[in-house]
Amino acid sequence: AASAPKPLPSSGPKSLREMPHPLATSSSEEMGPALTPSPDLLLPRSIADKDLSLPNGTPVDTSSPASSSSLLNRLQLDDDLDVETRDLFVTVDDPKKHVCTMETYITYRVTTKTTRAEFDLPEYSVRRRYQDFDWLRNKLEESQPTHLIPPLPEKFVVKGVVDRFSEEFVETRRKALDKFLKRITDHPVLSFNEHFNVFLTAKDLNAYKKQGMALLSKMGESVKYVTGGYKLRSRPLEFAAIGDYLDTFSLKLGTIDRIAQRIIKEQLEYLVELREYGPVYSTWGGLEVELSEPLEGVSACIGNCCTALEELSEDMTEDFLPVLREYILYAESMKNVLKKRDQVQAEYEAKLEAVALKREDRPKVPTDVEKCQDRVECFNADLKADTERWQNNKRQDFRQLLMGMADKNIQYYEKVCVT
Amino acid sequence: MEDCLAKKMEITVSEAEKRTGRNAMNIQETYTAYLIETRAVESQSEGPCAPVESLWRRYSEFELLRNYLSVTYPHIVVPPLPEKRADFVWHKLSADNMDPDFVERRRIGLESFLLRVASHPVLCQDKIFYAFLMQESGWKEMVNETGFQLKADSRLKALNATFRVKNPDKRFTELKHYSDELQSVISHLLRVRARVADRLYGVYKVHGNYGRVFSEWSAIEKEMGDGLQSAGHHMDVYAASIDDILEEEEHYADQLKEYLFYAEALRAVCRKHELMQYDLEMAAQDLTSKKQQCEELATGTVRTFSLKGMTSKLFGQETPEQREAKIKVLEEQIQEGEEQLKSKNLEGRDFVKSAWADIERFKEQKNHDLKEALISYAVMQISMCKKGIQVWTNAKECFSKM
Repeated sequence: AASAPKPLPSSGPKSLREMPHPLATSSSEEMGPALTPSPDLLLPRSIADKDLSLPNGTPVDTSSPASSSSLLNRLQLDDDLDVETRDLFVTVDDPKKHVCTMETYITYRVTTKTTRAEFDLPEYSVRRRYQDFDWLRNKLEESQPTHLIPPLPEKFVVKGVVDRFSEEFVETRRKALDKFLKRITDHPVLSFNEHFNVFLTAKDLNAYKKQGMALLSKMGESVKYVTGGYKLRSRPLEFAAIGDYLDTFSLKLGTIDRIAQRIIKEQLEYLVELREYGPVYSTWGGLEVELSEPLEGVSACIGNCCTALEELSEDMTEDFLPVLREYILYAESMKNVLKKRDQVQAEYEAKLEAVALKREDRPKVPTDVEKCQDRVECFNADLKADTERWQNNKRQDFRQLLMGMADKNIQYYEKVCVT
Repeated sequence: MEDCLAKKMEITVSEAEKRTGRNAMNIQETYTAYLIETRAVESQSEGPCAPVESLWRRYSEFELLRNYLSVTYPHIVVPPLPEKRADFVWHKLSADNMDPDFVERRRIGLESFLLRVASHPVLCQDKIFYAFLMQESGWKEMVNETGFQLKADSRLKALNATFRVKNPDKRFTELKHYSDELQSVISHLLRVRARVADRLYGVYKVHGNYGRVFSEWSAIEKEMGDGLQSAGHHMDVYAASIDDILEEEEHYADQLKEYLFYAEALRAVCRKHELMQYDLEMAAQDLTSKKQQCEELATGTVRTFSLKGMTSKLFGQETPEQREAKIKVLEEQIQEGEEQLKSKNLEGRDFVKSAWADIERFKEQKNHDLKEALISYAVMQISMCKKGIQVWTNAKECFSKM
């Protein structure tokens, strides 16, 4: 990378040396979203302007569209992350409750800091509610159907069971929304999406939403790539494998989610008994003279164990489970993208056949369709690799978290159970 | 501790064996027999070791021994036997008397019982006890010949009877109250502990499911596969570790149980004292009333209402000869009564003295034992936690290699 633009103040990007390569096999610490390459480089339209050689010096053949996309692919994968070229930072925080006559809801503050030309100002701060995030996601799916859009936390909660306004729920949701935006921010294409831009900057989002609807109904939905009615004969092996993997993956995650929930439930029941257990020692201590001190000691220990256990269960619920669910959602949307890809390929093949039947001379291969497919393949592979890597680190992260918590619990025990 | 048997002799209950035989009603039954081994301790370290002597006893014989001791030494807090039936069980623990774990814990309890009796300054000198250890055949008859059974029956009745003592000894009342409370609190503790064990078992075992899922998951992963697989293995280890942990905890529960039953024995001593006190009061009361009667007859004044007095007033007085005879009888009775009272008083004082001495001994033993039990419980917990740390650290390492 050449000259670096002025680094922005931010909430935590690490230096180049600290950030491992996306595909490196070495372990990493909490890395967050810095896994996709710098947004500067990789727009398809700018390829012609770039000096096209791979980092290791090999010149590249750019004659066919196919190879330029694969080059695109390689460049994305091989590029090192330079934090100083990151020019967009987004945070979600400060949840606030709004009570109106019709409804009560929560808004979150979305803060943006950027040096990108696409933005008029270097800083923005707006208030958004879940609806707005949902709108954004739908817009992204519509406008970037070949890309994988990060998942949102679940929309609906059973009103009786979960308190939508409880601190824990709001905080969990905030973290998920923050992650959602950060993932988009770090995506080379999605982060330049105009809807995203508006989401981050507009004072009155609702006006824009209405405008968008009006436009669409005038033009008719034209941007969609998803064409109905084409049946794919057979999925290429590669994608079939991905599909199978995702199926099993979701299943396993679902099982783990259930197990984790079961453990938490058992732990809470254990806690209930412990809470009765401790005081009995205290009662006994009241009876005794010489033994009262050690008995009180045991009682106090048990009390501390209860607290530690409570913390453990809370942490698990707040940090572990949501991540599992998020990945299940991710897997679902990935599967949808696969289906879309199938559709595209089916259309392509059908058109190809039609052409062959017509025996026309011109190569009326819908190049856009082909290119589209290419892109899908590229991005899919890219994102898959990303997700894989991301999974590793995330898993490691929250497993470490889980273990750290078990550790904490256990160390607590240790410190405390000395009679 | 002075010359008690425990110092002169090694005693162990080393084995347990299932037996079948015919009982008193000639019905086939299975029971467990325990091997008691004894060996004299040489005071010098050189010289050949004394030979090991052994005999087999079953639980009912231990019960017989204990009953005998309780009756014969009512002022002593007699060590309790391990429970007859498994109580305070949590769901994984078997309530079956034939279950090997139960038998094993019982074996330990029986050994502990023998050692406690052997280390007791008074009880260890008992000949029946000695014979229990050394003489296999004919022991039962020996015990029955002491005639303790009669005393046992009346004692049982007395322990359960209700009566009021006019001048109770405050110390004994307090002690009885304490023993009741102790029984109640320990039972409560044991019940809750059993529930806690149950729940903890559940928590650990569910983690075992992780092992299976990780294994399945690792099959579809490339780089993450190995890490997941080995982490899964550690989860299995974690889940399995709870069995040993809870097994160990049962020993702690047994120690508590011993003192639960000891509380019962303590209570019995208090009751015995109450009984004696009541007896004394009754005797004194009887004596007083006889003296009064005598006085009345002698002086002819009726100070207290009596049916005899009334009837004699109505139907005529007695003859002087009759009266003399009565007075004589009463005077004899009064003399007897006074002697009895004296000896009862003496008995009572002796009882209080020796009982209180044993109670002090018991208190010290209890404080010492329970302190140790609590410490070892804490140690157990710490070790459990350390194992937990170990497993999770291992798992963490596996995850880090994913």
